[in-house]
Amino acid sequence: MYAQMVDTGVARVASSTEMDPDERAFQARVDADIRIEPKDWMPDAYRKTLIRQIQQHAHSEIVGMLPEGNWITRAPTLQRKAILMAKVQDEGGHGLYLYAAAETLGVSRDQLVADLHAGKVKYSSIFNYPTLTWADIGTIGWLVDGAAIMNQIPICRCSYGPYARAMVRICKEESFHQRQGYDIMMTLCRGSDEQKAMAQDALNRWWWPSLMMFGPPDADSVHSAQSARWKIKLLSNDELRQRFIDQTVPQADFLGLRMPDPDLKWNDERGHYDIGKIDWSEFYNVLKGNGPCNRERLAARVSAWEEGAWVRAAAIAYAEKAALRNEPAGAQRRPNDDQRTPKNAVEAKSPGR
Amino acid sequence: MSKEWPLWEIFIRSQHGLAHKHVGSLHAPDSEMAIKNARDVYTRRNEGVSIWATRSTDIVASSPNAGESLFEPSNDKVYRHPTFFPMPDEVKHL
Repeated sequence: MYAQMVDTGVARVASSTEMDPDERAFQARVDADIRIEPKDWMPDAYRKTLIRQIQQHAHSEIVGMLPEGNWITRAPTLQRKAILMAKVQDEGGHGLYLYAAAETLGVSRDQLVADLHAGKVKYSSIFNYPTLTWADIGTIGWLVDGAAIMNQIPICRCSYGPYARAMVRICKEESFHQRQGYDIMMTLCRGSDEQKAMAQDALNRWWWPSLMMFGPPDADSVHSAQSARWKIKLLSNDELRQRFIDQTVPQADFLGLRMPDPDLKWNDERGHYDIGKIDWSEFYNVLKGNGPCNRERLAARVSAWEEGAWVRAAAIAYAEKAALRNEPAGAQRRPNDDQRTPKNAVEAKSPGR
Repeated sequence: MSKEWPLWEIFIRSQHGLAHKHVGSLHAPDSEMAIKNARDVYTRRNEGVSIWATRSTDIVASSPNAGESLFEPSNDKVYRHPTFFPMPDEVKHL
């Protein structure tokens, strides 16, 4: 998903008799659906796994702004442009909520960003594919945001309070994204033959990568079992993928589009759609850095960060100077609210005031 | 290495006369930027009519371990709730 194949650092899931008293008390709280909050005691592996998972999720939101941002200047109408800007701005906000949730675990946002830029942490495989036509923007909203919602709704109930609360906000905003995508697809599919062909072409390219977003089958994975025990992963990859397929196929039917899968058919016995084989070698290859856009995406993030460095430095320098002069640097700032500088020291430094 | 912008906690009062409520955090160099960023991040859908921002380091919190000793005293004082006193059905306006 947005966080794929998160390593828990454990070799196997410990039974309750193997746990020390702190761990047992922690697990009992999780089992009783009591939320874990930042200042509560938590096992080291839980903290580290959450940091990994939340930061992957945050990076995905931020990197996910790039493929869509690519079309802001070329949106077909002013209204579509305004809508797309609002959506991309939302993604930036989602990244912020998630970085803030990760920071409650004792890491700094700058460190998380540095880890991304150093290639130490991944973001979702899906954002390494290019957006070649306007129909890709519709398809991303419909499929990629649809898959994201499928994954994120259960995380609203996860065991870690700040992560769950961030996810509630995100899910509320995300359904606008999915609908705007489907709306683009409906417009294209009701348009000319060329427009409909463009929609079909985008679906052909995005369908399989969207299914890969949920990650490889994980029923036997020790990391998934541990994450499930901690209630930071509530459904298996295959369960989520199946739900997504079952909800999406009728939506494609309505558009009059065909999924690029000759083996796709309804299975009456299972009550689900069956699909063809997913090419997992493609997924692993993209994760390894060999997708169509891996290098471009990371380079765009690094250059945005480096070219913005002087702005960040200037803003902090201004704030520090303003505080020294005891000038209100902002709205309704009380005088002398800078803890680092006692009032008499401030006055001594600015005798003219 | 540049300094990281400090962390702020953001509180928003919605339109319906409720109290300010904590909505999340953000980084900003000063209070003015904290308010501006909070506007962009936390009120994109008419969520509020007033914003408070305070530095995260200025928040004082109760310790999670003190939970029992802090909150336990109210457990045995159920008479603080009106439902503790059963009232006869024929008596009105109580």
